[in-house]
Amino acid sequence: MQPTTILNSEQFELTINRLCFQLIENHKDFQNSAIIGLQPRGIYLANRLQQKLKEITGNTPQTGALDITFYRDDFGRKEQPLIPSVTNLDFSIEGKKIILVDDVLYTGRTVRAGMEAALGFGRPSKIELMVFIDRRFSRHLPIAPDYIGKSIDSLATERVEVKWKETDTEDTVILYNTHEKS
Amino acid sequence: MKNLSVNHLLGIKQLTEDDIQLIFETADSFKKIINRPIKKVPTLRDITIANLFFENSTRTRLSFELAEKRLSADVVNFSAASSSVKKGETLIDTVNNILAMKVDMVVMRHPNPGAHVFLSKHIDATIINAGDGTHEHPTQALLDSYSIREKLGDVTGKKVVIVGDIKHSRVALSNIYALQKQGAEVMVCGPATLIPKYIEKLGVKVEYNLKKALNWCDVANMLRIQLERQDIKYFPTQREYVLQYGLTKEILDNLDKEIVVMHPGPINRGVEITSDVADSKQSIILNQVENGVAVRMAVIYLLASKIKRY
Repeated sequence: MQPTTILNSEQFELTINRLCFQLIENHKDFQNSAIIGLQPRGIYLANRLQQKLKEITGNTPQTGALDITFYRDDFGRKEQPLIPSVTNLDFSIEGKKIILVDDVLYTGRTVRAGMEAALGFGRPSKIELMVFIDRRFSRHLPIAPDYIGKSIDSLATERVEVKWKETDTEDTVILYNTHEKS
Repeated sequence: MKNLSVNHLLGIKQLTEDDIQLIFETADSFKKIINRPIKKVPTLRDITIANLFFENSTRTRLSFELAEKRLSADVVNFSAASSSVKKGETLIDTVNNILAMKVDMVVMRHPNPGAHVFLSKHIDATIINAGDGTHEHPTQALLDSYSIREKLGDVTGKKVVIVGDIKHSRVALSNIYALQKQGAEVMVCGPATLIPKYIEKLGVKVEYNLKKALNWCDVANMLRIQLERQDIKYFPTQREYVLQYGLTKEILDNLDKEIVVMHPGPINRGVEITSDVADSKQSIILNQVENGVAVRMAVIYLLASKIKRY
């Protein structure tokens, strides 16, 4: 089967815009809120949201990157060690409303680790979850996002890739059959 | 993907340059974690580690224990003074008895050089060498290099002199291997009686004059005189040693350049270095201690991820 484009660059931008307005509804000027991208691929969405929100509201929301490696539940179950990425939270999350951001929600295990990792930095007043693509009916844990870019139904043998123009030349979301090379 | 080339940390000699870099990159993450308000991660919650110290230690043992606890491992401690070793039990029996209680990893300090290599051939657990006699002390060398990298940006191309009791120092040998693998130049300096014969064969320079050595180097690693390992007198008096090899503020200030001063501890103030040097801006002694926890966390983390339990 040919790879399927789920979002082209135009739909991609519309989706980001919509997510920004949904955030503004709940967080207004972001005075007591912060966006935290989950490493490695959630940071692109977090940065894009920050840019766009700045354009729309004039305020720059606090944005950070959170590495979840040491909170994962598959330590010692892989052939290779899990190599950490950078955590970059140069603000306190104590008492803040934080929005955890990732590109694809699949089993929910990354988000679980992300919540535990975030709590290692203090006690936020609230944690919300935003995902760009929600692969429905595939959760291993009872986790549900508050903001969804697009929900899709996919098979376990398929793979969803969110591409960003910053690193992958264009903004697009593609569904691959895992037997094919991306 | 990256992985360590070894299953145990027996010595720096067995490590590759890539292993050392992987440990340092991992330690960078852990250093951030131990500087947070909540200093603990749950990663090793199903790993049990035994710290077996057949020789005295305060700093290394504390550092290992903290590293293990920050990773949420279960920790049991054992010291030879209060053990059945005194009752005549062999090393393999002692360790196998501990392993029978389902321990995954052994951190051991032992007075006999090579005790860890021997043990690794006979038991089924990951072994980390926390010092074997006068042979190696790999985590100390790793944290020393990590501290140089942090202070000077890189180890490659740097000139490091190790001063003092080279003959009885496991820190010296591990440092020589570690620094050379990373492309640093190494010199040893001390009284001729405390410099092992043929040490040049390792590719290190030898210098007997402290001021000349210090003018050559970027980093000076000052070692303690290990009186407890010296069965005969290697220099006439401590006072004579201090006059020739003690690092004072005056010597430091009169060098051509500003050098970094290191010490693996414990310091004998007024012997190998004076108090004002130990407490000066050029000294990174306490950074070494802080980095020790991060580096040991990295070593334990990377080795523990090689243990097959599922």
